[in-house]
Amino acid sequence: MEPLFALLVGALFAVSIYLFLSKHIIRVLMGVAILGNAVNLLIFTNGRLLREVPPVIPVDEATLQQAAANPLPQALILTAIVISFSFFAFLLVLGYRAFQELETDDTDEMRVAEPVDEEAPPLGY
Amino acid sequence: MAAPDGMTIIALGLPFIAALVAPALVRRLGHNAVWALALFPLFVFVRFLEFLPEIAGGEAVTGGFQWAPSYNVSFSWFLDGLSLTFALLISAIGTLIVFYTGGYLKGHAQLGRFYSFIFLFMGSMLGLVVSDSFLMLFVYWELTSITSFLLIGFDHGREASRRAALQALIVTGLGGLSLMAGLLVTWNITGVTQLSLLVGLGEEVRASPFYLMALILLLGGAFTKSAQFPFHFWLPNAMEAPTPVSAYLHSATMVKAGVYLVMRMNPAFGDTVAWETILPVFGGATLLIGSLLAIRQTDLKLMLAYTTVSSLGLMVMMTGFGSEHAAAAGVLYLVAHSMFKGALFMLAGNIDHESGTRDITRLGGLRKLMPISFLAAMAAALSMGGLPPFFGFLSKEEIYYGLWHMDAWSVLFVLVAIVGNGLMFVIGFAIAIKPFLGKEVETPKHAHEAPFLMWIGPATLATGGFLAAVLSPLFHRFVSSPMVSAVTGRPEEITISLLPHIGMPLLLSLITIVFAVLVYLKLDAARAAIAATLAAIGWGPDRGFDQFISGTVRLSRRVTKFVQPGQLDIYMTATFAAVAITLIAPMVIFDELPALPVWPADAEIHELAVILIAFIGLGAVISAKDRLTAIVSLGIQGFAVALIFMLFGAPDLSFTQFMVETLSVVILALVMTRLRLSPADHRPTGQKIVDATVSIACGAGFMLYLLSVTEVPFRSYLSDFFIAYSKTIAHGANIVNVIIVDFRGTDTLGEIAVVMVTGLAILSLIRVRPGWKPGMLAENDPDAPRQEKK
Amino acid sequence: MRTVIFRTVAPYLTSLMVLFSIFVLLRGHNEPGGGFIGGLIAASAFAIYGIACGVAPVRRAIYFHPMAISAFGLFLSAIAGMISLPLSVPFMTGNWMKLYFFGVELDLSSVLIFDIGVYFVVVGAITSIALALEERDRD
Repeated sequence: MEPLFALLVGALFAVSIYLFLSKHIIRVLMGVAILGNAVNLLIFTNGRLLREVPPVIPVDEATLQQAAANPLPQALILTAIVISFSFFAFLLVLGYRAFQELETDDTDEMRVAEPVDEEAPPLGY
Repeated sequence: MAAPDGMTIIALGLPFIAALVAPALVRRLGHNAVWALALFPLFVFVRFLEFLPEIAGGEAVTGGFQWAPSYNVSFSWFLDGLSLTFALLISAIGTLIVFYTGGYLKGHAQLGRFYSFIFLFMGSMLGLVVSDSFLMLFVYWELTSITSFLLIGFDHGREASRRAALQALIVTGLGGLSLMAGLLVTWNITGVTQLSLLVGLGEEVRASPFYLMALILLLGGAFTKSAQFPFHFWLPNAMEAPTPVSAYLHSATMVKAGVYLVMRMNPAFGDTVAWETILPVFGGATLLIGSLLAIRQTDLKLMLAYTTVSSLGLMVMMTGFGSEHAAAAGVLYLVAHSMFKGALFMLAGNIDHESGTRDITRLGGLRKLMPISFLAAMAAALSMGGLPPFFGFLSKEEIYYGLWHMDAWSVLFVLVAIVGNGLMFVIGFAIAIKPFLGKEVETPKHAHEAPFLMWIGPATLATGGFLAAVLSPLFHRFVSSPMVSAVTGRPEEITISLLPHIGMPLLLSLITIVFAVLVYLKLDAARAAIAATLAAIGWGPDRGFDQFISGTVRLSRRVTKFVQPGQLDIYMTATFAAVAITLIAPMVIFDELPALPVWPADAEIHELAVILIAFIGLGAVISAKDRLTAIVSLGIQGFAVALIFMLFGAPDLSFTQFMVETLSVVILALVMTRLRLSPADHRPTGQKIVDATVSIACGAGFMLYLLSVTEVPFRSYLSDFFIAYSKTIAHGANIVNVIIVDFRGTDTLGEIAVVMVTGLAILSLIRVRPGWKPGMLAENDPDAPRQEKK
Repeated sequence: MRTVIFRTVAPYLTSLMVLFSIFVLLRGHNEPGGGFIGGLIAASAFAIYGIACGVAPVRRAIYFHPMAISAFGLFLSAIAGMISLPLSVPFMTGNWMKLYFFGVELDLSSVLIFDIGVYFVVVGAITSIALALEERDRD
């Protein structure tokens, strides 16, 4: 199963980066959303795959007796999903505000921090 | 290592305490705070005085405590003749400077800040000279550079001050880095991090193949700090600082830190051809150039500054000359110089303060108006010129005694010394005689004697030069001999007194004086000649510094323009191209590409279906022509991932992913409908090809990485730990949840803090007043012009 | 979106989802669930309510400002970590206490408090984001 997952992860990364490289913030933002999935699935597959058995210990046992999915990547991913969502929301709002203020969604025209005709720094002391 | 001695620790910390309280005291008491503030360095002085008998007995006092034992780093100090003499000079002259400042800057609005800086410097300098560990030495060394920067730039309203401060910081700061590198190399050679242990390891140091490297790096630190040619230019510029700073830092103490370092290193590094060539050559060159440049100046402070440069050169030259008498001469000259040069600087300040000018050509006849200053100036000049009955005489006799051997090398340096000493003699007397004798000249202010606070310092130092000479046996026993012993690394005895050696040294002294008198009589002509020569050369290290700085600024602008063109897609392309290369290149170079995967035979049809759905979603996102398609297909790939989690034993992840995808789609829809943005791609085809190449390379890189990771057997010991202890220790059956809230609880705490902060950030972003335009100031911008309150 | 059916169903749906979220939160230690999932479910519930009936009723319904809820959650989680302080065990060590109510055994633990804190942080922050965006949508 892992090779298929590798292919899917590769595709997720490729699509998200392709969206990143476009100059429209809304596409960049969709890229951010996909990138989160790509990374999570990457971590998930790194911990190896196992079908359908969640890592929950039965009531009358002290530890897992049968093989179950690897809990560690799941714990890492769970928090990562929530954090990447809150960052996605933040970037979304940031892009939204930037569009409102600058009236463009083209990153080439967003030059407030690094203006095209920036003055040379002063040479005095 | 002896236990830390509380009193000494206090003595070392006291100046820093003084720096803290000085502004408050000055605010409360005005310039009268000087009486309270002077007690701090005075106490330090007395405290160090108590060590004299012990040190004179040939012992070294050590103390300190372990700091980072695993790295062999300790906070340790030690006192021998060398450091004790320095500590006494620093605290004694420091006390006088505190008095002097009270008069010189009386009524200055920033007096408290000035005192604070002075005390900070005093503490750093004391720390520097008593440091035993390399790290402490370096830290205090840099602290003196920084406090010097603050003091030179004290009057930061003027561009000249700012330039001088920056110049001093850059030159001495670079030297500090060189010093650190040198100390690290030395550590590497010897394995010790303490100066006191270095003395016994001289053989090892000198035999090491890294000896020359360590030596050059250390001298890089010493030469920049002590303004040796060609790094001398920062010192005269540092005269932009108020006179107490010039007197204290830039003649009596800080600039001698380099000389201190050279003297300290002498037992371990000395006695080699490299040492005895580099030091005399650079010292001698500095001596000559400094004294020649001094002749050219007409500003009292600049004349003194250049002679300080040449004096430092003389000290370095003597230390590196190699004989015991030369080292002794260096030591005696160092002490004498601190006294007479400190005094002369303060007197130059007095003249400036009282008459309103420092230009020697516009001064004259102040003798009757400023009698005490005149006497002190004469005494200091006699010492500087090396005439009896002052301490300078002793040091100069010893210099000639130490230099004079019957070979060409010595004769050369004797000549250099004669010229240098002669010219310094000229400057000393020019300052002591020209402003005071002759007929009275109209000065910008009507001159009268400086207040007590301002003449007590120079008078004390001038008297000190006299007493040290008269009581020379006593002085040698307690100060000079232990100091020379520390410099040479074996017990030495200094015997020279006011009774002159009959013979060559006396003759050389006489030649010097005759030469000096001749130059003095032709001073104006000599000044004009040197000025003409310098104008003919037209370039010096000082201008070089300006060119260096503006060149650096221009270069950095070009580099910034290149690496930060300001276009997001360029940054992104560079970043992801780098990611792709990092992922793929090592695998190709080391031939570690994963084996060609086989089709998973156990793949079930519903799993394949879900993965196919994910692919379809991805394809639809890229090719979406309108908002709705884009949002829906984004949701499709997200839900497909959630299903995958469900199928592979991660129900927690699956639920979370479902909720998050739902919310993402909702807020994306909310924002997109507001924005009326088109998600369609408007890139030209060429750009699309480049972007697709980069992103496919990245995707392939991650795929290959994942394939090769899953090829190797899985080591599950970490997961096994959590599985084994989840229920037995943490009482939880859902291992994922136990890891999140218990095993890695602190981590989760940080993460929920991040979630909360993003919530806050979003809220404040949305609340920002709409209609803001680039260049407009925010309402609470501190730079905005203040509006009248209604 | 503000159809009659949706508006009628939304309050019931929301209350059911919030109840369910609490259920998911409390069972999280032994069954799939926990503070993150519970918080997300509750936040979605409020978002749905907001879309259906407008933002103002939601704000009235939850009474506190969502960010205040979030901050309270963070505070609760930090406090849960500090329970170990007077017991001289490292920060965040789980502490357990068994209570008996009418013969029923109840496990109370600092870990549970921590998870509740996580729940509040997620509910508060994400509700706040969703409501803020919904508000913008209408002004």
